[in-house]
Amino acid sequence: MAFGAFGATATATTPAEPAIRRRSRVVLLLLLPGVLYLALFFLAPLLSLVMTSFQAPVEFGDIGQYQAAFRWENYTTVLDAYGPHIVRSFVFAATATVAALLFSFPLAYFLGVKLRPFPLLQALGLTLVIAPFFISFLLRTLAWKQLLSDESWFVSALHGLQILPPGEHVTGTAFSVIFGLTYNFIPFMTLPIYTSLERLDLRYVEAGGDLYSSPASTFFRVTVPLAAPGIISGALLTFIPAAGDYINASRDFLGSTDTAMIGNVIEANFLVLQNYPAAAALSLILMVAILIPVSVYVMRSGTDDLL
Amino acid sequence: MAGSFAESGADLELVGITKRFPGFTAIEDLNLTIPAGSFFALLGPSGCGKTTTLRLVAGLEDATAGRILIGGTDVTTTKSFQRPVNTVFQSYALFPHMTVLENVAFGLKRRKISDATAKAHEALRLVELDHLAQRKPQQLSGGQQQRVALARAVVNRPALLLLDEPLGALDLKLRRQMQIELKNIQQDVGLTFLHVTHDQEEAMTMADTVAVMNKGQIEQMGAPEELYELPKTAFVANFLGQSNLFTGAVTASGDRSIVVDVAGRKIEIPRERAQRHAGHVTIGVRPEKLRLHTEAPPAQPGSNVVGPGRVVDVSFSGVSTQYQVAVPGLGTLVVFAQNMVFGPVVSPGAEVWLTWTTDHGFGLVDDPADAPRFAADTDTHSLAVQRREKLEAELEEA
Repeated sequence: MAFGAFGATATATTPAEPAIRRRSRVVLLLLLPGVLYLALFFLAPLLSLVMTSFQAPVEFGDIGQYQAAFRWENYTTVLDAYGPHIVRSFVFAATATVAALLFSFPLAYFLGVKLRPFPLLQALGLTLVIAPFFISFLLRTLAWKQLLSDESWFVSALHGLQILPPGEHVTGTAFSVIFGLTYNFIPFMTLPIYTSLERLDLRYVEAGGDLYSSPASTFFRVTVPLAAPGIISGALLTFIPAAGDYINASRDFLGSTDTAMIGNVIEANFLVLQNYPAAAALSLILMVAILIPVSVYVMRSGTDDLL
Repeated sequence: MAGSFAESGADLELVGITKRFPGFTAIEDLNLTIPAGSFFALLGPSGCGKTTTLRLVAGLEDATAGRILIGGTDVTTTKSFQRPVNTVFQSYALFPHMTVLENVAFGLKRRKISDATAKAHEALRLVELDHLAQRKPQQLSGGQQQRVALARAVVNRPALLLLDEPLGALDLKLRRQMQIELKNIQQDVGLTFLHVTHDQEEAMTMADTVAVMNKGQIEQMGAPEELYELPKTAFVANFLGQSNLFTGAVTASGDRSIVVDVAGRKIEIPRERAQRHAGHVTIGVRPEKLRLHTEAPPAQPGSNVVGPGRVVDVSFSGVSTQYQVAVPGLGTLVVFAQNMVFGPVVSPGAEVWLTWTTDHGFGLVDDPADAPRFAADTDTHSLAVQRREKLEAELEEA
């Protein structure tokens, strides 16, 4: 939006309006640092990534030695090899997004609507929502690994109650990975929804009741649509990073080889196998694969005033 | 909630309604019956409890005590969505995420009434906005939004339609137009309207019955003319138009009239227009009933004369001119004189006498010994403070 506004000012200049022209030059000058930064640290690496993704191994070279080429096969190879990982990433991320939404909406509603008459409690509640950020993301995930480990009281209780068959674990399963993703992204879901609900005019809810709409019906027809911008932002803020996450699904944390997501595969190819073209191709596939559903989602939601 | 309309308007009955909020009482033991099919206006200053009354009827607040009956059915414990009532909100509260048409059809769809969309179009035609059916509410002007809000409520054919100062945000011309439209719609569809307003002119032009509310209680109720011509309390006399009020002792009490001694002047009023016939009383007369004389008029039976007084202010207001006349012993009297000639009849400083027909006087029920019950600035806050102080005083006594 902001860029559009600047563009409009720049193109609308005519020789008869030197003041506007001068101002547009100032605008361009002010934009320069940002544009340079993006060109240097976003566009250049992206181009380098695209080029790497087409590289071919140097003949009779060492492991990790590649030369410029145009090898499409890099893409087909990784898609064949890691197709299930890509699908798993999306399933895990989507499940975690839904779980985070189900947890966050009531929480955000409580904070933003029910606690409205008590600003102090509201501020305290919000602080509690962001409190986990004060501790490192890695440490918190490690702590969950401890809590869900076979020796923990939780898992012993599950074993004791015969809910979990003997020999089965909680860590290293799809459940623990989705659990970790959900837990880690809840604040990103809660805060945008809170912002929407905190501004929700309760007179609309009253009007719903006045027009024969039961509380449940009013909730789905009035409250949820009015909180939609927050829900959409929260879903994007959760889904996009969750799809590329490689900490929760890592064997060192809550995952196992069976739960590896695309992020883990990219990490392994880049840092362990030194197969840079494969890692680059996977990264680009992930990027496109996220961009497509997200843009469809945003377009169908019809909101361009997100975030 | 069967999928059908109410056959006609229903009567509303409030029995002993009390509503307390933390810190103050908004409504105290209110009893009120509104007959089916009538246009009833609840008139009062802000903070008098009129909006709270409306919200209680709509089911948006719970009464502390008392019962609410709509068409003879007790709805006190039912929720707002279960009541055959619709509200035109002061803020309109049109759903911003829906089109005008979806807004109007909302109530019909919730009640699963067939042809909801067709009926919504019909309601929009009634308010002459069908061509804007696909717009979003925020694309409409204030007056248009107000009409959509009205259509959204009327389309449901509620037994009782509640109007919460819906014309407050409109400019004067649009307001007059909407008042006429509202009245027409009410007569066309035969619904019971309960209209809450602080605009006395609006209440008088639109309603069949006006109830003047003050401090959570109804001061006086009746047809607009009756209320205006024969106010029973100082509050009504001053809130509904203006009044010249005098206090004095009754010196003579006859079959047809009583005579009150006001600062040495004898003022006669008809007996049946006086609420109290002995002791100290407050009497009054409307400003437009007074006639100005530049020479002392001869005393005539059936006419009251006061004066001489001095004109202290003359203000022109189009159809009439308002004179302030200071009469020693009586204070400043207000006189409205129709502009029959160009320019004012008298100028400030002139010596004048005032006369009026004794039939136009009225006597109030208020005891002049009590503090005046009307305070111009009784807003919600000061009311709340008053209530609290009273409560604290009571607590201290206990």
